[in-house]
Amino acid sequence: MKVDEILKHADAQLITTVSDRCRNLDMAFSSDLMSDVLTLDEENILLITGLSNLQLVRTAEMADIQAVLIARGKRATPEMIELANENGIVIMETPYSIYKASGILFAKGLKAVY
Amino acid sequence: MSIELVFHIAGGDFSNAGKASSHIKKVLKQLNIDSKSIKRIVVAVYEAEVNVAAHAFSGQVTAQITEHHIEVVVSDQGPGIENIEQAMQPGYSTASKEVREMGFGAGMGLSNIQKNTDELSIESRVGEGTIVTFRCNYL
Repeated sequence: MKVDEILKHADAQLITTVSDRCRNLDMAFSSDLMSDVLTLDEENILLITGLSNLQLVRTAEMADIQAVLIARGKRATPEMIELANENGIVIMETPYSIYKASGILFAKGLKAVY
Repeated sequence: MSIELVFHIAGGDFSNAGKASSHIKKVLKQLNIDSKSIKRIVVAVYEAEVNVAAHAFSGQVTAQITEHHIEVVVSDQGPGIENIEQAMQPGYSTASKEVREMGFGAGMGLSNIQKNTDELSIESRVGEGTIVTFRCNYL
C-alpha cells in the first residue's frame, strides 16, 4: 500500500518533508512496545503506534521501518520530525485510534507482519 | 581495514541513546555492507545503548569494524546484573516505569542482542558495572 493511500484511508497528515507518497509498504505492525518492533525481521513495514517520542524514530531508524503512523491525534515533536527527515522516514499523524487505523488499513489490503 | 569508533553514553539520557548505533549504521552503509547485516548490528548496538541509558550511570561503546565482521564492546559503570542467566530470559526485566513508558523495558533486550549476533559475552560485577561484548559477521 502506498503512503498516499494510507494518508487517504486513515485521514492522516504527512508531517515530514520526506514526501515519498509513492513509497510502497508491504505490511504493517501495530505496537507501543519498541522492544517488540526491534525484533522484526521484515522490511518495508508501516508501524502504527500510540507512542510519540524520539525513541520511536530511533527505533524506526534501526529497524529499517520506512513509515510511521502516529495514532489518536498525538503530535510528533520538532526533534522527531528532524530526525525522521535526516533518515528518510515518513511520519504521518492520524486522529484515529490504533484499533481503527489498523482495522481500516487491514481491510483495505495492508497485510499484518504476524 | 579496521576502523575504531568510540562513543560515550550518559545514564538516563534517552534522547542521545541511539547516537552510537546511528553513527555506526552510516559508516557501515558507506562501506557497502549488506543491509541485513547492518540491521542486525545496529539493532544489537541500539538495544545495548538503551540498556546503559536505562540502568547505568554512564557507559562507553567501542566498535571495531573490519572487512568481515564488527566487534562491539559496551561497558558501563552501574549496578551490574545479579543473575545474567535470568536477565537473558525473554520477559525478565528490572526496568523502571519511566523506561517502560518510553516503549522499552519489556525484558527483550539481551535476548534480542543474542538473536542478532554471532558471538556474545556478558560479564558483570554487582555494584560496579557490566561489559557486553559481541561480534557480528557480515553475510
